[in-house]
Order: sequence, then structure tokens, then C-alpha cells
Amino acid sequence: MNSKWRYGVTGISVALKSVVLLIFLFPFVWMITTSLKTFPETMIFPPKLLPALPQWSNFVTAMQSGPFLTYTKNSIIVTLSIIVIQMLVMIPAAYAFAKYKFRGQHFFFALVLLAFMIPGQVTFIPIYLMLADWGLVHTLWPQILPFAANAFGIFLLRQYFMQVPSEIIESARLDNANEFTIMRKIMVPMSIPALATIGLFSFVSHWNDYFWPLVMTDSTGVRPLTIGIAMLRETEGISNWHIIMAGNVVLVVPILLVYLFCSKQIVKAFVYSGIK
Amino acid sequence: MNNTTRWDTLRPYVMILPAMLAILCFVIYPVFYLLKLSFYRYNLLNKAKSKFIGLDNYKQLFSKDEFYVALNNTLIYTVTVVLLTIVIALLLALLINRKKTRFNAFLQAGIFTPHIISIVSIALVWMLLMEPNFGILNYVLKTFGLPTSKWLQSSSTSMLSVILVSVWHNVGYYALILLAALQSVPPTIYEAAALDNASRFKTFYKITLPMISPQLFFVLIIMTIGSFKVFDTVRIMTGGGPNNSTSTLVYHIYEYRSNNLGYASATGIILMVIIAILTFVYFRVLANKVHYQ
Repeated sequence: MNSKWRYGVTGISVALKSVVLLIFLFPFVWMITTSLKTFPETMIFPPKLLPALPQWSNFVTAMQSGPFLTYTKNSIIVTLSIIVIQMLVMIPAAYAFAKYKFRGQHFFFALVLLAFMIPGQVTFIPIYLMLADWGLVHTLWPQILPFAANAFGIFLLRQYFMQVPSEIIESARLDNANEFTIMRKIMVPMSIPALATIGLFSFVSHWNDYFWPLVMTDSTGVRPLTIGIAMLRETEGISNWHIIMAGNVVLVVPILLVYLFCSKQIVKAFVYSGIK
Repeated sequence: MNNTTRWDTLRPYVMILPAMLAILCFVIYPVFYLLKLSFYRYNLLNKAKSKFIGLDNYKQLFSKDEFYVALNNTLIYTVTVVLLTIVIALLLALLINRKKTRFNAFLQAGIFTPHIISIVSIALVWMLLMEPNFGILNYVLKTFGLPTSKWLQSSSTSMLSVILVSVWHNVGYYALILLAALQSVPPTIYEAAALDNASRFKTFYKITLPMISPQLFFVLIIMTIGSFKVFDTVRIMTGGGPNNSTSTLVYHIYEYRSNNLGYASATGIILMVIIAILTFVYFRVLANKVHYQ
């Protein structure tokens, strides 16, 4: 009796989980199959999942409807530059906060935490005016510079650096290692998981970002992929769903590939950022 | 010798200098600049023609129906998204928590996928799914004999549709945070409850919920603050419409950013005050929690 009941529960739970999985993954399946349909096929009711013949040319049409090479290049340059600059800014700052005692330390660290909380959805107005004054509006800098200091990164890395035993640092100093060498040879190698977490986090959030490039850019030459894809609706017409979905696939694939190879790290990175 | 000691005291400041410069430039200074802008009628084309008008922008703001509509929409959005997400995330976490099977690991990765995809893609795909004439959601409703909906294209259902997409986008992330919380509850407590013949519901209500309350609270605050900043879905899916039914605070700021920059700045200050209060409450409660432990 008991075991029968148990089988029943397992059955229900498997069914329930399958439904959940369907709800979360089906939209992506639909995105991909729609991207391969013909225009009439997107309008059939009742809808069909698969196209009669995959229309690979949709991707060509989507990519030719705007300067997508430029958009892609901009997305790559912006995302990579942000990660590199953040690392260069973050590592010495986190090292100083973790291993030095200096006047005003708490005040400066409070500033970092404050930076966490001020929303860009509000400060974009003055930042735009400022960057316009500096004559940078038609460059990629407005999408990069404001993210130079990664508050979450400094916070997380400081925790990691604090766990590095001070004796190791002291003995390195006795061996006449300078602070730069200590960072490069000791602190960084011992914090690879944290740095990977922060890097992945930055990659995902800036590759996907829509709001910031939207309010910072006025010309096609500096726009990233997210803006280009969102604009497909205007350039290709609201109902050309097969073309819009083709563009969408191009935007999603790099992230999905990264996710496929390191889903564990990414999930960990995001969840960790949530728990601390 | 003197030189080296001076360098020693100076060194940490040099190390934090780039970070501090960036924060000063792009966080602290913009806040004051924004405050200043909110007292001006700003002329984008000719800065010299900008005029100090005191509190006029704020007066205009508080007498404008559009602002109240945006505020009201933001509140409705926030409350609904937070409640729905917490309940569903908790249910998902409980569903996955039972055993560490392969299927569960796959399920975890699956429900988390939307969270790492750009909101641009998410919004566009859901617009297609919600298409009133040939969209698959209406097809599903029809198959089950239910009335179809106009989803984003009717002012009575547009907000709910946007909410649905936001919940779908983020619930997996929060479910995994709560799952981590569930798994950190020591099993001995449950064993003790089982010895006392406590019912499942009672165990959940008296043990599980209190044990994960810090994480629940964290999720609640993070989500509330995040929801107040909602913009992307609205911009792409509805453009604030139909009939202003989905206009939100940030969307309001965005719409006025070039025509009436001072007014947009004043709205920004209001939003920042709301977020500051929420953050303050969060740290207050958190400090109390740590204190009592």
C-alpha cells in the first residue's frame, strides 16, 4: 500500500517537473523554430512547431537589415573592455581594503557599498550630459567608463583576499617582492574562482544590457547587438516574426554556449551574489 | 628611509584611487548633478539658456496625472511581481529540493536559463507567444476551451502580461537562492520533527519557513528594489501603452529625458528617495537579525 502511494507521488512529481521544464524551455524552442519558418508559416492558426523546410536565409535577411557586423563588434569590444578595466581597477582596491589599515578606510569602503545602491536608471541623465561635455558621445566610452568600478566585485574579492594568510604576504615581502608582484603571484592566483565569478557575471550582464546603451547612444556606429535586435521590429516590420526571431537567435547563442559549458559556475556565481 | 615610510602610508590610497575616482565620477557626482538639474528648466540645445526655477519641477510633478499613473502602475507591478515570484520560487525550490537526481540538476539549469538571456530576446519571444491572432498562448487557451486574451494589446490585460514575463524571467534565479537556503537547514531538525509526528504542513510552517526567513527577506527586498526600476520589458513590449496602462516611473523619466530634462531629473530624485528608504529598511532589519542571533 505504502509503496504504491510512493510510486504515485513520484509519478506526479515527475509529471509536474516536466511541465515546469516545458514552461521554461519552450519559448526558446519556439524562438529557434520560428527563426526557420517562412512568413506565411508564422501566421498559421493553429500554429505548427516545425517549418516545412528550414529557411536559413532568414538569418542572412536579418543580418543584412542593418549594420549587424558593427553591432556585434561593438558588443564584443564593450563587454571585453568592461571586464578588463574592472579587473585592473578592482584587484588593487580589493587588496588595499583587505590587507591594509589606513585612515578613512571605512569611509571609502562605505562609498563602494553606496555605489551598489545608486540606480543607473536615475543617474543616466547627468552622466550623459557629463560625457557629452567631454565629447565622448559618439565613441564606445559611455558604455564602458561608467562601469569601471564594479562595487559588487570589489566587495566579493575583498572577502576572498581577506582569507589569504598574511604570513604568506609578509614572507614574500621579506623576499623583496614588491606589492605588484604579490598581487600578480599570490593574490590573483589564489582567488581565481572569485575572479571567474565576477568575470562571468560582468559578461552576462553587459552582453545582455539594453537600458544603458539605449540611453547613451544616438548613432548606429556605436550601438550594440541588443539595440540592433530590438530595432529589427522597426526596420523589418512588426509582423516579420521569422526575421526578428532569427536576429534573436544570433543574440542568444553566445550566452547559451557559455551557459552550456559552465552552467554550474554561472548558477553558482549568480546564486552566490544573492546569498553572500 | 623617510621616503619609503611616506610611500608606505600613501600606497593603499594609490591602490584604491582608480576605483574611488570612478565611483566619484559616475556615482557620487551624478547624484548631486541630478539634484541640481531637478531645480532647473534645462535647455539641451543651449545650456546658457537654462533657468533656475526652484521647486517648480516638483510642483509640476505632483500635479500631473501622468506621474500618478506611472507611480500607481509601478506599485501594482512591484507588489504583484514580488508576491507571485516569491510564491512560485518557493514552490519550485520545494519541488527540486527532494532529491539530488540528474533530472533535478537539469531542472535547475532549465529554470535558470531565462535569467541569463537578454531581456530583449525574452520580450520579443513573449510578444510572439502573446500575439492575439495566431499566438501560441491563445491557441493553448482555445484548446482547453478557455476564452482567449488580447494580452499586451488591451489596456486591461497589458500590465498583467508584462508582469507574467517578468516573473518568468526571474523566478528561476530566486528559486535557486531559496533552494540553497532549504539545503542549508540541518537535517537533524527535521528528524526531530518526524519523531514528534509533526505533520508535513506543520513542519513546513513551523520549521522550514522560519529557518529560511533571512533569505526570504533578502529576496523580498532585492526584488522590490529591482521591480521599482522596471523599464526594459515596458519599453520593448508596450511602449507604456495601451493608454498609459503600463507606463512606469523609469519609463516616465525616459520619456521626458530630452523634452523636459529638469522634470525627468525631479522624477529621478523621487525614485531615488523611494529606493533609499527601501534599502535603509533592509539594512535596519538585517542589523536586528544579526543582533538577535
